[in-house]
Amino acid sequence: MTADPPVLIRDLNFAYDRRPVLTGINMTIPRGAVVAIMGLSGCGKTTTLRLIGGQLKPTSGEVRVAGQVVHELDDAGLYALRRRMGMLFQFGALFTDLSVFDNVAFQLREHTDLPEDMIHDLVLMKLNAVGLRGAHRLMPSELSGGMARRVALARAIALDPLLIMYDEPFAGLDPISLSIIGELIRKLNDALGISSIVVTHDIQESLKIVDYVYFMADGKVVAEGTPEDIRNSREPFVHQFIWGEPDGPVNFHYPARPYGEELMEQPSRPRPWWT
Amino acid sequence: MKATDLLRRLGHFVTDRLWRLGFASRFLMMTVLYSGTALRRLHLTIREVYFTGVLSLIIILVSGLFVGMVLGLQGYDTLQRYGSSEALGVLVALSLVRELGPVVAALLFASRAGSAITAEIGLMKATEQLSAMEMMAVNPIARVIAPRFWAGVVSMPLLAALFSAMGIFGGYLVGVQLIGVDAGSFWSQMQAAVDFRQDIMNGVIKSVVFGAIISWIAVFEGYDAEPTAEGVSGATTRTVVTSSLAILAADFVLTAFMFRGE
Repeated sequence: MTADPPVLIRDLNFAYDRRPVLTGINMTIPRGAVVAIMGLSGCGKTTTLRLIGGQLKPTSGEVRVAGQVVHELDDAGLYALRRRMGMLFQFGALFTDLSVFDNVAFQLREHTDLPEDMIHDLVLMKLNAVGLRGAHRLMPSELSGGMARRVALARAIALDPLLIMYDEPFAGLDPISLSIIGELIRKLNDALGISSIVVTHDIQESLKIVDYVYFMADGKVVAEGTPEDIRNSREPFVHQFIWGEPDGPVNFHYPARPYGEELMEQPSRPRPWWT
Repeated sequence: MKATDLLRRLGHFVTDRLWRLGFASRFLMMTVLYSGTALRRLHLTIREVYFTGVLSLIIILVSGLFVGMVLGLQGYDTLQRYGSSEALGVLVALSLVRELGPVVAALLFASRAGSAITAEIGLMKATEQLSAMEMMAVNPIARVIAPRFWAGVVSMPLLAALFSAMGIFGGYLVGVQLIGVDAGSFWSQMQAAVDFRQDIMNGVIKSVVFGAIISWIAVFEGYDAEPTAEGVSGATTRTVVTSSLAILAADFVLTAFMFRGE
């Protein structure tokens, strides 16, 4: 076992077509920790996950996963590394043509030569861990949003990864499913001895379960600390975010010309004929 | 000012199309390169042959029958003016195996199976299934794209052959059973005039090429689709339109090389 932390991000910069998305990101995800990356939509949280997973290459800086620099790996190296990462996508991203059982068995069948009866046992164990052993015959279209995400979670832990990344795991869930998922994230992390990164903007649920929080805005880390630090933060942006205030450093108004000026002038756009 | 603007747009349009063609070609190369999985784990490809080929059977067989019956009526109408209505079998068979079989079956295949492939892959992309697969260290080109591509290449000639066979049967029904052309001369003239290499094999070659064109366009459009509802619907439409035009153009080129009246 290496002494490197599961994920180490140093001076990471990333740009889409010269438009900077991330600037100077530094993060450390220690072993056994659940770390949240929070921020507004479009602040670069998901991009950070994609850089960790090697789906994007940084403009400069580096992401190290288990001591390996992700963007320097060749295809085979990257695929080998990805077998040690699990990822939960926003809406589960289950394969719609496969049953719940086959979804969870997918990686085991693709990457191992295990006999089918052993795969059967492993899949039922993983499904049992998320409480859905009884649903193994269902198709993804028969699942509720929360169940689909739990199946996706079982699929993500199929190969016993060292790191699980969650992309908005709480989005669009009812309060009960939400706390089930939150609790599962924490429980699985501790039971499997892995590390988790949770990208989210759900404050209440995530502050309950995480060990450390990185706050991002406009592609930068603007604040970090334990949930306690974050709750007591005097940083105006963090304060606005935590307490859900409609106005503050993040403006309610989209940038516009002065109100009076715009009201006084003649309409410059005719009404579209199709409305 | 206006003229330069127009020129700029034209240039942009052309470079954009060229760029896309290059991207599609690279994608085809990758598909062929990563075909190992599709061939080694043959059940992946067989499953797709079922979805693209077997499920297209009804439309192919029924259309083939009707096209053959129409050929029987029209062919007889023309041939009997010259007193050579016994050549009806030759006319029906040659029209079908050389042209109508491969081309019409390919057009039907593009709209039945090509559009379905594009929509399926496009939706898999929109729902992040392809990304999920990539993050699970499984190459989606090897696991999803290549089996569908090869299934199309394999299914197309078989479907075209069935289309032609059904068409000939339709021609027989109308010509012999309904109108009363002599059955012996219908079949024997057909047998004498249709050449295995020149007619049937060329028809098969055509349909293999059409199968590759349709599958290539369908998987590429799906993979390249904008991951939104409009994106997928646009890609599906483009698959049908582009592959239909490509089939007709390729048919002209192939015919020019194959049948030069020697």
